[in-house]
Amino acid sequence: MAAPGLLDQLAVVLGRAPRKTPPSPAAAAIYLAKRGRTPKKNELLAEIEHAHGNHTWRNRRWAVLLGINLLFTLSFWIDIQVLEGSLTASRLLGFHLADVYSSLLVMLAQRHVAVNLVIGATTIALFWGLVGGRSFCSWVCPYHLVAEWAEMLHLRLARSGRIRDHSIHRGVRVVFWLLFAALAFATGQTLFLALNPIGILSRLLVYGPSLALGWVLAILVFEVLYARRAWCRYVCPIGLSYGILGAKAPVRVTYDLESCAHEGECRKVCEVSHVLDLTIKGRAEEPKLDVGPDCTRCGLCVDVCPTGALRFELKGVKRLL
Amino acid sequence: MSEATPPAKPTKAAKPARARLSRHQEQRRTVLRGALLTVGLLLLQPLAAIPIVRRLRNRLRPPGAVEEARFLGACIKCGQCVQVCPVQAIVLADAMDGFGVGVPYIDARQQACDFSCDALSCILACPTGALSHELKAKEEVQCGVARLARPEACLARRGEPFRGLARGNSFDGVLRYEEIDRWNAIPVRDHAYDRPVCDLCVIECPIGEHAIRLVPLDPADGGAAGLFTPEVHRGCVGCGVCEMVCPAEPAAIVVDARATFAGRAEGQRPHPHRDDDAPDGDS
Repeated sequence: MAAPGLLDQLAVVLGRAPRKTPPSPAAAAIYLAKRGRTPKKNELLAEIEHAHGNHTWRNRRWAVLLGINLLFTLSFWIDIQVLEGSLTASRLLGFHLADVYSSLLVMLAQRHVAVNLVIGATTIALFWGLVGGRSFCSWVCPYHLVAEWAEMLHLRLARSGRIRDHSIHRGVRVVFWLLFAALAFATGQTLFLALNPIGILSRLLVYGPSLALGWVLAILVFEVLYARRAWCRYVCPIGLSYGILGAKAPVRVTYDLESCAHEGECRKVCEVSHVLDLTIKGRAEEPKLDVGPDCTRCGLCVDVCPTGALRFELKGVKRLL
Repeated sequence: MSEATPPAKPTKAAKPARARLSRHQEQRRTVLRGALLTVGLLLLQPLAAIPIVRRLRNRLRPPGAVEEARFLGACIKCGQCVQVCPVQAIVLADAMDGFGVGVPYIDARQQACDFSCDALSCILACPTGALSHELKAKEEVQCGVARLARPEACLARRGEPFRGLARGNSFDGVLRYEEIDRWNAIPVRDHAYDRPVCDLCVIECPIGEHAIRLVPLDPADGGAAGLFTPEVHRGCVGCGVCEMVCPAEPAAIVVDARATFAGRAEGQRPHPHRDDDAPDGDS
């Protein structure tokens, strides 16, 4: 009757499909009470239409994402020296920051522990662990932004029936995580860092354009024509790392069964829609639940929900107040 | 006849043509696609290794760079070394460098490292140790070794003077001339020379006489009175300033990236403070 435990949640991050466990008595009572009075999709159309025009969280997020990346650019271009480097490793006012997985790869490749990387990666791990795991993805990662635009194109083409999305087993992301690490250790070269579209775009914003952009473009074309959000969903080990680090992070999207209309608009916009399986009728185990750790906290579902059943919450704050 | 077949009909008829997969079949396909994606990305590993294996690139790396293959793997591709360099000598390589993408190098002819920072800033900025923190002074740097690659183009060997701008009016490179401004580099095009015999590579060397000297040209080498040649000594760190300021086009003197003096194993450079003995002919 308890909400899914941490191990269960991590298993879902690693690729397992969310379990279908029977609702607790409290949740079952809500389902029972809803029977017959849950609005049908056509009854909700006005609210859905209204919610589709709501981009509150998306706009906030884009502003933060552009702001952080602009800070990198301006630190170099007009030498304000606030955030120097790029997203793989940097200095914030002189203090080391480093991406956790990139640091791991570099240390595996060298077979040497670099103290500055450990300091930088620990700082970043603590930060995202305390804020919201994969919120790095949607609030900072420049590739996430261009992939979002490519996704719009993908969805438009899919609606007109010219293409369709091919889903891939999410477990492959774990395979990539292990493979890139094993390759770094075995060959001394970091294949992932050469392919990493985050690094390529981050360097583009700071140091100017490069041919490597062709690779980013190739991934985007693959995502538009073949598999929606493929890099973020099925490949990126950086996202997976932050997902696991932030498994207990306090910034969460929370779900309220009582107000949910189960019409499924949220799952349509979600990059990692398996985390929203709990919005399917009969799937929520408790009346109030946190959305799983794979959630990037992008807020698209919060914007699009016609009944306000999905919200941002800072866990622990209510208890503190 | 045309109105007998509305356009909706054929599409409806076409749809069942695509066999509906069972859940199990669909699941199997997602796994298969995952396997193909994995193989596809893994094929890029040998592709990215081509520039290393075939030695397509011989880049001059920033001061302190560890052994080349190790250097590529140790670099996290953040570019902090690029940002701290006061003369912006360091640039990042592009995708054609394979694993070297995003890894820093120096194009000495465009902009050499003149140690304007006085502190090996790039090394201090490097968070990974790809630029080795063991180096403490510019004299300990080993980027490569200068070599008179085109002696026939060398003005000193012809006994010719040099007057004017080393690289012409449109050259963007900068250099710190200690006698003009101790702290800041200025554009090379703002500094006109007037030398009775061209010796730019010698007078601008940040290391000095332990690295390069102008000596009379050996008669065995076609030498005569008034003819000179630059002679590279073991103090040379391979910063590339000589290559940058050489007025010959292309440069008569170039830096061989990662080269060391013949007969001396890598890493056996004498300590800089003990390197003040008489020249020992290791040119």
